[in-house]
Amino acid sequence: MSHHILELKDVYFSYPDGTEALKGISFRILHGESVGLTGANGAGKTTLLMNLNGQLFPTKGLVSIGEIPLNKNTRQEIKRKVGFVFQRANDQLFMPTVYEDVAFGPVNLGLTPEQVDERVTNALETVGCLHLIHRPPHRLSEGQKNAVAIATVMAMNPDILVMDEPASNLDPKSRRQLINLLKGFAHTKIIASHDLDLILDVCERCIIIKDGRIAADGPAEEILLNKTLLEENNLELPLSRQKR
Amino acid sequence: MTFDSEYFNIGYLDSLSYKDTFVHRLDPRVKLLVSFVFILFVVSFPKYDISGLIPFFIYPVFLLTAGDIPLRVIAKKVLVVSPFALFIGIFNPLFDTNVLLTLYGISITGGWISFMSIMVKFTLTVSTALLLIAATSFLGLCEALERLKLPKVFVIQLLFLYRYLFVLLEETFRMLRARDARSFGKKGRDIKTFIRLISVLLVRTVERAERIYQAMLSRGFRGEIKVLRRHSLRFQDFLFALFSVSIFYIFRHYNIVNILGETLGRTLR
Repeated sequence: MSHHILELKDVYFSYPDGTEALKGISFRILHGESVGLTGANGAGKTTLLMNLNGQLFPTKGLVSIGEIPLNKNTRQEIKRKVGFVFQRANDQLFMPTVYEDVAFGPVNLGLTPEQVDERVTNALETVGCLHLIHRPPHRLSEGQKNAVAIATVMAMNPDILVMDEPASNLDPKSRRQLINLLKGFAHTKIIASHDLDLILDVCERCIIIKDGRIAADGPAEEILLNKTLLEENNLELPLSRQKR
Repeated sequence: MTFDSEYFNIGYLDSLSYKDTFVHRLDPRVKLLVSFVFILFVVSFPKYDISGLIPFFIYPVFLLTAGDIPLRVIAKKVLVVSPFALFIGIFNPLFDTNVLLTLYGISITGGWISFMSIMVKFTLTVSTALLLIAATSFLGLCEALERLKLPKVFVIQLLFLYRYLFVLLEETFRMLRARDARSFGKKGRDIKTFIRLISVLLVRTVERAERIYQAMLSRGFRGEIKVLRRHSLRFQDFLFALFSVSIFYIFRHYNIVNILGETLGRTLR
């Protein structure tokens, strides 16, 4: 299924104030692959993610998703294909109740009310939050908000799942549930995180970004155990691999 | 009144609206319209009429008891806003010095009576408005407004207000705590710091709005938001509306207090 390939060719991005956040990033992610994205604070992880679904457009270079190049005309289509889970669940959940929030995407896709209902139920069931369906978001715990935020994206049946720091603010149990959930998804996944154990658990491939460039790209097991490489990037060995 | 207690107060009024009583189950449109009609009836009374207003207390009392809402909460909020009404009527006794009646040798002027009438009207209308909010979920009210043809832009603004009020309060709360943790005595609590806090809060809000907008775009937002319809009119809604409006009408055209007094007087005689 070649149409789920995500490809970046020499992508540059500068913010209006002149900060160069991405300086020539190229990679290719195949269908069904899980890729962890990590790097020091300010290395450009979030900027990179925002370039993947048209929240930002590269100043130079090409982003293409399943052979469709990302530009202003294809933006809507790309947004449907790339499900984006934002770092802060409070920003992601903007509707007054969980149901309406999860339904927001499907409604905008123009589905019938019955189809919307079905999508919402399925998505909430996947993340184990069906019982929260009528709650307002401000009455959910942080872990619940996170799971519901994932459901809002799942309800749109995306081909590719992009997540920005999915496990920050989660307690260990919620984090473990999230990891199991992510492992269960067959989607192509791109997960930006500093939680290297999470990347090690969920992703088979890992990309390290440094100053807007790719510092390393390879199998997660290999990269995340390379102590010198990690330390050069303000990272350290995953906790599970550290000797005490 | 500290910020913390106010925060939980708002949350409390919100949590009251999740109860499940007869009043809560009524269609929000009906509650909204009946309460509106109620307020119109109350303010339509002439300025010297107090006794005619008294029976109208039955409506807020009904909402309070049937809706299982603690009196203290509502009474406190009415008290907080009462100075406004107080200042509207406070000069009436000075300007209007016609003696209207004499009770046990004390002459009561028209000014005092109209002042009392303002206070009674104020208590009736404000408590009803508060009870309406406490007995109807905010979402229900928004739905009602939308279905009563209020422009959708306003309704959506209200929905976002409800969604992010708590987020914003929490943010403010955290900033104030951070300030208090590092300010000793008066220093750090002055107006200058406060202005800076407010401006930081504004910038953060704008940034958050930007992120929310991106999240909306990412899920296919193209300028349309659907407001979910949860309620439908049932027989008891019509019954409630008909019953309450006719009671208001009777109260408005017959002075129940006088009639009761006269019949009581006759039977005692």
